[in-house]
Amino acid sequence: MAKRIDVKDLNLFYGKFHAVDGVSLAVPPKNVTAFIGPSGCGKSTVLRSLNRMHEVAPGARVEGTVLLDGEDIYASSVDPVQVRRTIGMVFQRPNPFPTMSIRDNVVAGLKLAGERNKKKLDEVAERSLRGANLWNEVKDRLDRPGGGLSGGQQQRLCIARAIAVQPDVLLMDEPCSALDPISTLAIEDLITELKKEYTIVIVTHNMQQAARVSDQTAFFNLLGVGQPGRLIEVDDTEKIFSNPSQKATEDYISGRFG
Amino acid sequence: MNDRTVAPRPAGTGSTGAREGVPAPRPDSEAPIPPTTEAEKKTVVRPGDRIFAGLATGSGIFIVVLIAAIGIFLLLQAIPSLALDQVNFLTSREWSTGDVSNMRYGILDLLLVTVVSSAFALIIAMPIALGIALFLTQYAPRRLARPFAYVIDLLAAVPSIIFGLWGLLVLGPVLTPIGEWLTSTLGWIPLFAEGNVSIELGGTIFTAGIVLAVMILPIITAVSREVFDRTPVTHVEGAIALGATKWEVVRTTVLPFGKAGYVSASMLGLGRALGETIALTIILSGTGAAFAWSLFDGGATFASKIALAAPEFNDPRTAGAYIAAGLVLFVLTFGVNAIARSIVAGHKEYE
Repeated sequence: MAKRIDVKDLNLFYGKFHAVDGVSLAVPPKNVTAFIGPSGCGKSTVLRSLNRMHEVAPGARVEGTVLLDGEDIYASSVDPVQVRRTIGMVFQRPNPFPTMSIRDNVVAGLKLAGERNKKKLDEVAERSLRGANLWNEVKDRLDRPGGGLSGGQQQRLCIARAIAVQPDVLLMDEPCSALDPISTLAIEDLITELKKEYTIVIVTHNMQQAARVSDQTAFFNLLGVGQPGRLIEVDDTEKIFSNPSQKATEDYISGRFG
Repeated sequence: MNDRTVAPRPAGTGSTGAREGVPAPRPDSEAPIPPTTEAEKKTVVRPGDRIFAGLATGSGIFIVVLIAAIGIFLLLQAIPSLALDQVNFLTSREWSTGDVSNMRYGILDLLLVTVVSSAFALIIAMPIALGIALFLTQYAPRRLARPFAYVIDLLAAVPSIIFGLWGLLVLGPVLTPIGEWLTSTLGWIPLFAEGNVSIELGGTIFTAGIVLAVMILPIITAVSREVFDRTPVTHVEGAIALGATKWEVVRTTVLPFGKAGYVSASMLGLGRALGETIALTIILSGTGAAFAWSLFDGGATFASKIALAAPEFNDPRTAGAYIAAGLVLFVLTFGVNAIARSIVAGHKEYE
C-alpha cells in the first residue's frame, strides 16, 4: 500500500528544452504533498515523471532517479506499464471513458490487469465509488455511461477509477481546476480522507487549496523565460505559508509574484 | 453641428461632439459606446449575413433539388420501358433488350453481382484499412506517418481505368493459380465453386473484388485516419495512466471513439465500389449463364452493364431499360448511405 517517494536530482527534458532542473524531494507515505508555483514552472512535468507519464510525450527525456520505497522506477528492468498500474493519476479535466458505463469506468484498471471475476469487479466498483464519495449518487445507474455525470461527479469517478487498483501513490494534476467551488470542496474532503490510505501528490494553482489539504508543500519557480523550472523549497505546509525560508516563496504566496 | 454638441447620441458622431466638448466633460469618452449598441439593436441584419445565409441556404436547396431531379429523371425515362418488359423486372435473370417488341430483362443477376463483388471488396479492404489507419495514427513515427499518408491518398487519385487494366493484365494472371487452388480445395463451398467463366482469363468477381478493394482502400483509410487522430488526448492519457499498453490504449479509447467514423468510412467505400464502372467493365467477363453465388463467376454489375450497352442507347425504349437498372443502383447506393448515416447518428454520445 502507501509508499514513499524519493526524487533525486531529477532533470526533465522535452526534446532539447530543459523543462525541469535538478529537483530533489521526498514524499512521505500517507501524506499529502502539494506542488505550487506559476504556470510553466514544471510542477505538472515533475508530477508526470513520478508515474512515467512524462516520457509518453514525443522527445521527452528523464535524467535522475525516482525511488518508490527505495526501488528505482526508471531502472532499465522496470516496465513503465507496471509502474503506472501501481501509481494512480487524476487529471486536470475529468476524463472518464465515454463509451463505458460508470461501473466499467471504475474497474477499467482492474480489467486491464486481467481481473475477470464479475463478483470481485462489482465489489471493487462499490468500494471504490464509496471511497470516492460517489456511491450514493450513482448506485442506481451504474450501467449508464460515465459521460452523463456532472463535471464534479466525473472527477470523483476518475478518482474512483484511480483508487480501484489500490495504488501505492495517487497523483493529482490540478484535479479541481475545471470544477465549481462545491465540487472542489467535495474533492478536497475526499483528499483528506484518502490520505489515511494513500500517498498523495497534488499539483494546484489554488494556494488556499494547498494550504487546506496538504501536509507538505513544494514551491517551484522559473528564473526566467526559456529557463528550466526549479524547486525553490519544500517544507511543511504550515511553515511554507507562514514563514518560508526563501524570499521567492514568500513573494509568490503573498501575491507579490513577478 | 448643433445636433452633435447638444445630444451626442447617434452612433459615430459622438467623438466629434466630444472634441467640442460643451455639455458634459466626463461622459464624452463613454458616450460613443452605448449609442452604437442601441442603434445596432434596431438593424440586426447586415448585408454580409444576409448574403451568406442566402448562399448557404441556396446551396442546400440546390443539392436536394438536384438529387430529386435525378431520381425523377431516372423514373420518367424508365417507366415507359418498364411497361414494355415481358418479365418481372426485379426477379428475372434474363437480359435481352435487342428486340424492342419483346424486351425481356430483369436486374436480379446485376444486383447480386454488384452486391457480392462490392461486399467481397469491403471484406478485404476493411481490416486492411483499419490496420493502416491504426498504424499511421498510433504506431508509426510522426516523420514517417505524414509521407505514408500522402502515398495512400495518392492511391485514390489513380484513375479507375488504370486499375481496370492492371486488374485484367497483371492481377488476373497472378490470381489464376490461387483461384484454381481455391476451387479445387474449397469448391464444395458455393462461394468457391467453379464459376461460369474461365478462371484463366481472370475476368471473375474474385479479381474484380480484389481490384475494388484496392480502389476503396484509400477512402476508408483516409477517413478512419482522420477520425482516429482526433481521439481526445485526455482519454488516451487516462488509459495510459491506468497502465494500459499500446494495444490496450487503442482498444479502450481509440477504437470506441473512432468506431462510428470507421463504419461510415467503410460505407463510403462501399458506395464507391457499388458504383465503380470502368474498372469492372474491363475486368469482368460477360456470360450468358446465371450467377450461382461463386466468386469465380463472371457477369456484370449495374454500372458495367450500362457502360457496355452504350451503343444501344439510340432507341429510347432500350435506353429506358438500362436507366431502370441505373435507378435501382441509385436506390441501392442511397440505402447504403442512409444506413451509414444512421450508424453514425447512433454514436452521438461522444459529442
